[in-house]
Amino acid sequence: MRYLPHTPDEIEQMLAAVGKRQLDELFAHIPEDCRYRGDIDLPDQLSEWDLLRRFQDLGPQLSLASARAVLVGGGSYYHFVPEIVRSLAGRSEFVTAYTPYQPEMAQGTLQAIFEYQTLTARLLGMEVANASIYDGASALAEALLMALRLARKKRTVAVSAAIHPHYRQVVRTYLEPGGFRIIELPLDETGRTDLTSLPPPDELAAVALQSPNFFGVIEDMVDAAPTVHDAGALLVTCFTEPFAYGLLRSPGSCGADIVCGEGQSFGIAPSLGGAGLGMFACRMEHVRNMPGRVVGETVDLDGKRGFVLTLSTREQHIRREKATSNICSNQGLCALTAAVYMASLGGTGLRRLAKLNYDKAAYLKNGLLASGARLLYRGPTFNEFAVRMPAGFKEQRRRLMERGIVAGLPLDGFDPALQDAYLFCVTETVSRSIIDELCKEVQS
Amino acid sequence: MTSGPGMSGLILEEALLWEKGKKGRSAFSMPQQDVPEADLDASLLGAAPDFPDLGEVDVVRHYTRLSQWNFGIDTGLYPLGSCTMKYNPKINERLAATPGIASAHPLLPELSPGMLRILFELQQFLAAITGMDAVSLQPAAGAQGELTAMLMFAAYFREQGGQRRRILIPDTAHGTNPASAALCGFKPVPLRSGPDGILDPATVAAEMDEQTAGIMLTNPNTLGLFEENIRAITDIVHGAGGLVYGDGANLNAVMGIVDFKRCGVDAMHLNLHKTFSTPHGGGGPGAGPVCVVKRLEPFLPVPRIVKTAQGYDLHSDAPASIGRMHAFFGNVSVLVRAYGYILSMGPQFLKKASQLAVLNAVYVREQLRDTLELAYDRPSLHESVFSDKRQHAFKVSTLDMAKRLIDHGYHPPTVYFPLVVPGAIMIEPTETECKEDLDRFIAVFKEIAREAETDGERLRQAPTRTKVRRLDETRAARTPCLIG
Repeated sequence: MRYLPHTPDEIEQMLAAVGKRQLDELFAHIPEDCRYRGDIDLPDQLSEWDLLRRFQDLGPQLSLASARAVLVGGGSYYHFVPEIVRSLAGRSEFVTAYTPYQPEMAQGTLQAIFEYQTLTARLLGMEVANASIYDGASALAEALLMALRLARKKRTVAVSAAIHPHYRQVVRTYLEPGGFRIIELPLDETGRTDLTSLPPPDELAAVALQSPNFFGVIEDMVDAAPTVHDAGALLVTCFTEPFAYGLLRSPGSCGADIVCGEGQSFGIAPSLGGAGLGMFACRMEHVRNMPGRVVGETVDLDGKRGFVLTLSTREQHIRREKATSNICSNQGLCALTAAVYMASLGGTGLRRLAKLNYDKAAYLKNGLLASGARLLYRGPTFNEFAVRMPAGFKEQRRRLMERGIVAGLPLDGFDPALQDAYLFCVTETVSRSIIDELCKEVQS
Repeated sequence: MTSGPGMSGLILEEALLWEKGKKGRSAFSMPQQDVPEADLDASLLGAAPDFPDLGEVDVVRHYTRLSQWNFGIDTGLYPLGSCTMKYNPKINERLAATPGIASAHPLLPELSPGMLRILFELQQFLAAITGMDAVSLQPAAGAQGELTAMLMFAAYFREQGGQRRRILIPDTAHGTNPASAALCGFKPVPLRSGPDGILDPATVAAEMDEQTAGIMLTNPNTLGLFEENIRAITDIVHGAGGLVYGDGANLNAVMGIVDFKRCGVDAMHLNLHKTFSTPHGGGGPGAGPVCVVKRLEPFLPVPRIVKTAQGYDLHSDAPASIGRMHAFFGNVSVLVRAYGYILSMGPQFLKKASQLAVLNAVYVREQLRDTLELAYDRPSLHESVFSDKRQHAFKVSTLDMAKRLIDHGYHPPTVYFPLVVPGAIMIEPTETECKEDLDRFIAVFKEIAREAETDGERLRQAPTRTKVRRLDETRAARTPCLIG
């Protein structure tokens, strides 16, 4: 086996050096009643070539690779990824390094993550960002736990019904054992969260909004922030599409206290939803309650600039059960990938590309409305929107699928009341001709 | 100095991203504006993000230079105890990048049935390797796997009609164990390991009661020792109605050798980024699947991936489930790499990997036992823990020796963990290192120990061949500068 370098002679020499005759003797102290019986029930080993063939054989079962356009988002987005992103983030010095516990030999990872934190904080309009969390959903759960820590005795959080349903499920899983109360905030007819009936201030630790929300609607965070703060709560905002902040007002500039979300859009392949990137940012005054690793700037013995993991007294390896979170690993390589992607676009490029996403989605929205679709909510949207489609769309969608176009995500799986409702997503990867073809099919 | 890989190379300076570039430069091939511009309400519009504008060559050189300041397993020996830094096969990177896999959309699994098949088969593989009955691949890292298991314990006791508030955790455990348990409302009760480095059943019996949910046990433990009393311990816990959690961080020592269900483990997590060769990526993404016995299966996260007559499907109708741990299915691109690894190894070479991982570790231990103080002199497995006790006389610490290793081109072992060994040096070579590289490492460590006696200052100043020298961590924490 090519990953195991030992020759039979070497094994013999090494065994002799440790006073053993056979490999099995190394395990002689393991009690009989703990032993594995027989061989592991697994397929026989495959050569590199047979392994590749096995994956090639799966090809027909992985049909999205050959799709012409997928107009589906819902928390996982198709964006063009420049070759330099794949190439640079794929450098094995980055890929095969461990957590930078020895900073002198990990300055590459450390500077790259420091830059990631900086770009993330700037994008979101926040004072500090961490080195990343598992995904958008667990980032939101961690954000709410952080808000509950900051609010001390308060035990209730209010969560918008327009937050991605899966994120709300993860929040429930994380918060349930602590006995915290989760209130769901309804939507108004624009698809924005109705904040008129928040619980009393002595109970409410945080209000969580997603913008753009699950239905693509941009929340009015400028109005929301004072309402939430007047209710004695922290404003936690999340996102599934960070591209929105290339165009829209950043959550920090609107008054959000903790901002988190999924960064997959920034150069990371969908890969059935993982590995993605949990982005997490907050105000500096709360940094010692922030979960997750963070990189900081310092100097070496000669006074030269360098970077280290820092504020680790918040973390589990020091604080054990009193840590701000149990999190240890981050999504380091995904954070680095996102940084390379953000660096490739630059501020100018991100704004242009975000606007292009907005324009294309608006073009499809107008086209569908002209073809008999009705908006589910009339609030402004970014690159996603929800519509009720005319009768017969199911069949049209099937026909489009045969032509390699995946036309929207049916929403009835999330809510049976949303029969005939679909969530469409348009990014820069969808050309006008595809949009025209789709609209023509709907008109037919 | 012994001739080895620790020679200085050409290290180029490189500025921070925003210290470079010119407004209007771009490294991105902008798609055509083929639709009309649409209006946006001015109240929603933000300022353009304050990012530097860089050219393609700027970006390429920036990250190429940064990468050259990094040390990975591809660069050299990385004997970081408890982290299992084995070689990360290149072919698995290619598998994860397969277009059909990379483009699979999590809300359209029906269009990628091959993905569900891979995940279902991986669940079966991991069950077979551990001896356990059922698996969830959702947890994105080891700590999230622990949390998943603790949530399941809490749900189990709720269903049994009586929540239990305490959980036993030995002093050798990773910090994630108590932190994960605390998130679920369990109060960690620390247990002292015995003078021989393993847990005495009597210690467990003294603390185990009807208010205690059970025990979190890392086996092999973080001293590299097999908890030989595990059967007696799990009997005690089960006898009081409790559950046993097995931290599988060190599974690399015992594949095909230990059956965890037979040991009495009810739930365990695995670190695919350790035992199953997926890259660590400078801190992640990892994957921390959870394996359980039959009676805990109803509590596993949803959706479950199941096999049906027509193929593979998702199953969410599980009223006892703890719910969802991940927005979608976990770190799938990591799972695919582990699947490729298991298929490449097969049952025979997985077991061989464990045998050789232990051989390498025991070999290093025996060669260094006269140089460094061995913390526990008893049969150990995939890693061995030394201390700096013998170097105290020369005012040389574990940290100094670790930093000196860097000058010789080696990543240092894990230091100052586990906490039960003051000045711990925890060496885990893994099975992918060959004998001559281990011999060279051993020779270097011996040379450093001699240097400690004669020229301690040289160690205290190390490293000297890196881009930066020792960094001021106190300053970083006291006056945090977290963004530029």
